[in-house]
Amino acid sequence: MYRALADAIRDAEQQGISLARLALETEAKDQGRTVDDIRAALRRALDVMRGAVERGMVGDLHSASGLVGGDAAKLRNGPPGPLAGTPFRDVLARALAVQEVNAAMGVIVAAPTAGGAGVLPAVLTGLAQARGIADDAVVDALAVAGLIGAVIAERASLSGAEGGCQAETGAAAAMAAGAATEMLGGTPAQVGHATALAMQGTLGLVCDPLGGLVELPCVFRNATGSAIALTGIELAMAGVEFKIPVDEVIDVMGEIGASMDVRYRETAGGGLAATPTGRRLARERLVQIKKR
Amino acid sequence: MVSLLDIIGPVMVGPSSSHTAGACRLGLLARNLVGGTPEKARIELHGSFARTGEGHGTDKAIAGGLMGFRPDDERLRDALEIAQGEGFDYVFEKTTLDDNAHPNTARITVERGDRHAVMTGASLGAGRILVTEINGYAVEVSGAYHTIVLIAEDVKGSIAAIATILAEHGINIANLRLTRKQRGGDAFMVIEVDDAPGEPVRDEIRALPWVRWAFRLDKVSG
Repeated sequence: MYRALADAIRDAEQQGISLARLALETEAKDQGRTVDDIRAALRRALDVMRGAVERGMVGDLHSASGLVGGDAAKLRNGPPGPLAGTPFRDVLARALAVQEVNAAMGVIVAAPTAGGAGVLPAVLTGLAQARGIADDAVVDALAVAGLIGAVIAERASLSGAEGGCQAETGAAAAMAAGAATEMLGGTPAQVGHATALAMQGTLGLVCDPLGGLVELPCVFRNATGSAIALTGIELAMAGVEFKIPVDEVIDVMGEIGASMDVRYRETAGGGLAATPTGRRLARERLVQIKKR
Repeated sequence: MVSLLDIIGPVMVGPSSSHTAGACRLGLLARNLVGGTPEKARIELHGSFARTGEGHGTDKAIAGGLMGFRPDDERLRDALEIAQGEGFDYVFEKTTLDDNAHPNTARITVERGDRHAVMTGASLGAGRILVTEINGYAVEVSGAYHTIVLIAEDVKGSIAAIATILAEHGINIANLRLTRKQRGGDAFMVIEVDDAPGEPVRDEIRALPWVRWAFRLDKVSG
């Protein structure tokens, strides 16, 4: 797979093909498989993503600690806010739904990780539904997301323990922004700008889960990560360009992650996990888990 | 090389690729060592596995893996109840292994009939695992391939004899690593193969007079 998004964007432009096609053909060559075979695997991933969205919307799931669950249903059925009835609210609900399923030991696609698994399904299936986009195009978008994620994995990190939450929900937001931009008709160059615009908004984001569990704030970070992805998409589709090239934005995410204090890298030693209430909740809820 | 499908995947039961999916894969490999669901298992959890394992379902994932459930099997959630229902006798303990041990390490002791094995392995993140010790021997098994692990006396033609058995069963070798501590000492072989070797393959290899022991491990990831 590519090590620089700039190279992929240049190749797609020169060949006059989409980034999705470029990504699928590159993966086929790398892995000695057929494009159809890879598309079938992505299709299965999409089905699992949709299943998780639907399952989470029911609102009856609770996590091991009981700290999270039931909030996706509030967005779907609860009192309207200023964005009621818009794709924005629907995307937020979907992100919470997938992460609530994850926290309750339901089946999800770790894309790029389990902790950041809500963003891609939320943004891609939410916008596909709103705009009446066919499944084949959503599968293509997953290929673009995979290309962006592979570049992030090469140049920076996709692990909260290595790079903080910017490497999980931040990376997910960047992947979703780029992928959805192509799905909605954006050019390869616009995909690059959408990816950079989303990622710049999550730089420095710490990984600070209460008790070390993939629950709080992880569930909500997937909602805010989706909102940032939507921002990147809306700006890039309008023709906004981000002046720092996307690969440099990815590089600096890696640098920030590497210099981040260990307290902010999934150890529950800092951030929200270390607040008085964070510590108290973790203590109470972890004890509760042991009692079962 | 990073694969697109590693990024968009795996499909798994939550909440954590390292503490749930990787833990399940360790259980699956340990199950292989005794040729099926163990009657008894002792699972020692080290580091982060010990500290946050329960909240991440690490215990359920390992027990489920030992029963043959894969990382995307929803039965993992109820694995402890299912184990109790089936008379699979397990015990979890928290332990502190040596300082070099990866933070997400489990030592799993399994018994089934007359078979017994101890395996130490770590979950490295993103669902990837590494088995580092089997029955006291240092190994490196990733579970990305079907794998045969064996200890043999250092005799001439040992590789040829094993390659012949594999060829007769139509099994293609992907990677082979041979190490020995000294000339004439025990040779340690890790053979990664493309096709799943059955129990008969293991039995034939074990029947070679100079093989001390041999295990087969099914591919659990990739």
